[in-house]
Amino acid sequence: MTDTCIHIHHLTRVEGHGDITVRIRNGSLEEVRFSVVEAPRFFEAFLRDRDYNEVTHLASRICGICAVSHRGAALKATESAFDSEISDQSLLLRRLAFHGEILSSHVLHIYFLAAPDYLGVPSLLHWAKRDRDTVLRAMRLKQTAYDLCKWVIGRHTHPVAMNVGGFPFVHNTRQLAPLREALVASMADIRDTVSLFNSFSIPTFERDTEYISLSHPDQYAIYDGDIVSSEGTKIPPRQYRDIIHEYIVPYSTAKYARANRPEYMVGALARVNNNFGQLSPFAREIADLAGLTVPCFNPFMNTTAQIVECAHCLEDSVQIIDRLLETGICVEDEQTEIRPCAGGGVGAVEAPRGILFHEYEYDEKGKCLSANLVIPTAQNLGNLEADMRAFTPGVLHQEEGAIAHALEMLVRAYDPCISCSTHVVRLE
Amino acid sequence: MTNKHQKPRVAFFDFACCEGCQLTVLQLEDKLLELLRHVEVVEWREAMSGQADSYDIAFCEGSITREEDVDRVKKIRETAGTLVALGSCAAIGCHNALKNRWSMEEVRNVVYGNGSVHFNTIPARPIASVVKTDYQILGCPASLPEIDRVIKCILTGQKYPLPNQPVCVECKLNDTLCVFEKGEVCLGPVTRCGCNAICTAYGDACHGCRGLMDGANLMAAVKVLTAEQRHPIMDAVARRYGASREEIRSWFTLYNGPELRMEKEPEAK
Repeated sequence: MTDTCIHIHHLTRVEGHGDITVRIRNGSLEEVRFSVVEAPRFFEAFLRDRDYNEVTHLASRICGICAVSHRGAALKATESAFDSEISDQSLLLRRLAFHGEILSSHVLHIYFLAAPDYLGVPSLLHWAKRDRDTVLRAMRLKQTAYDLCKWVIGRHTHPVAMNVGGFPFVHNTRQLAPLREALVASMADIRDTVSLFNSFSIPTFERDTEYISLSHPDQYAIYDGDIVSSEGTKIPPRQYRDIIHEYIVPYSTAKYARANRPEYMVGALARVNNNFGQLSPFAREIADLAGLTVPCFNPFMNTTAQIVECAHCLEDSVQIIDRLLETGICVEDEQTEIRPCAGGGVGAVEAPRGILFHEYEYDEKGKCLSANLVIPTAQNLGNLEADMRAFTPGVLHQEEGAIAHALEMLVRAYDPCISCSTHVVRLE
Repeated sequence: MTNKHQKPRVAFFDFACCEGCQLTVLQLEDKLLELLRHVEVVEWREAMSGQADSYDIAFCEGSITREEDVDRVKKIRETAGTLVALGSCAAIGCHNALKNRWSMEEVRNVVYGNGSVHFNTIPARPIASVVKTDYQILGCPASLPEIDRVIKCILTGQKYPLPNQPVCVECKLNDTLCVFEKGEVCLGPVTRCGCNAICTAYGDACHGCRGLMDGANLMAAVKVLTAEQRHPIMDAVARRYGASREEIRSWFTLYNGPELRMEKEPEAK
């Protein structure tokens, strides 16, 4: 067998720049790497000295697709540092905003990033010539998610009305009825999405690993909860450093992370594995239709877990909207008064791609002294490489192009989002 | 552009940014399918496989923060007949330039500690300061209606003059309560409009993400916001806002770092 070196420069259909390198000598795997080659942006450096309002404002700029969760994590960390709580109404509105983001981000990945691999086209837009309905369905779902975000926070990318202490602006409930209708109508689109994915042959690869996510006693955890691991650990977010250990590997300056095991996975599959019983009835119906049972150790099923979560977000959003329609929205309930004080706080939320931590330290005027951001994709890097090492031998018999494509599909299944580029750096 | 019978070939590229502006392009939704009747998208790493050696129109998102990116954007400039700076990172440097107030060594050390030696990073700058841009789309993120307008201008060969009125104009047209009336500070009076004043409509202030409009009277804005007036009415205004020079510098440089250096910077005393 000849020696092979596969190098995929700037993997496409992912957020940000990443390269895959695989070296095979005498038919055996010598090296497997996923390297991030994104230009770093140094948020943790330039957030220093900024007023807390600017910190949370800038936090959303870390990522165009996870802007709501970055802002949300920053708000929670800041509110925790100032020992401030938000109203129940604000909590509901924030949960709606998170649902909108997860829907929007998952639909983007399911249809625009992952599906083209199975459809055999370079992009979903190319699929429009063959099956316009599928493309329009993807766009319709994304539009509904976008409208949900727009109603709560002005827009999906870089939300406007989501501040420390609450919302500076709230719509009245008049526009909620058509929004509710669109969300309910989207449920049929999710059923069709499952049918589409059931027609694909998803690789059957499995590797036992650790799954980490938030978990909440009363609800499927997205905005709130404790940190839980499939290995049994359960700790509050402020103790995240007790379980999440960032480290530097000898061959890379990228910060990796480990918990109980040498690597772990975060994201939709981790959440579904850890909190399956709390999914909404419709989401569990979708899981059933898609053949997703837990625990599931197939990383390719992450996309399926995303479809299940879309179903959950739709149904839970409808329930939240029903509550708001019943009670009305009270402007006075918004924006609790904030009194900055010296101290630190941690905010943990579930971003579409997994658990996200923001930690800030402020001085007595609310000026940022230091920031630490632990993003989902960086946490997944170790697990992704371990999966690549375990997966590659099974595809080595194929030709080079097919091996490369299979590896690309594996990386894409993680829905890596490397444009935020905090703590992920190039390999030398 | 290529001969008249061929569709113009479009490519998307990104530098240091959050990729939110490209996502906004995807939000053109069904207009996107309409657009594909008029152009051929040949490279778009975020949304499709494949790379192209040639293209007519290049949309570039993000700021230049590495030496290698200087070379890359120059190569794109040489290849593309039309280069569009997509979003404020590309057009004015945006918040990426916030790191420029420290030495590059320090920002590297803060984030990456011992590992920092492996990078090169240079002060962030807009694409427009490295190569000539034919169109600029401002905003963090770029606004959807403006993306739509600029694409139409490109395809019909027209110039797109950036709107040159303050955000206040759009804010007033929306009937939004003035942020200053609430006793808060807003950069609307000096910021270029074109966003339909979305931030003030949703109860926030303008943070200036679209950059300064031409001829913005920065010094006057600073005077209003600090207590430096000697006029009785202006004094009253200043007492109300009473901002320190340091706070004002912070507001004004949130998105406008590099631009302010080119113009008159509100210097500390």
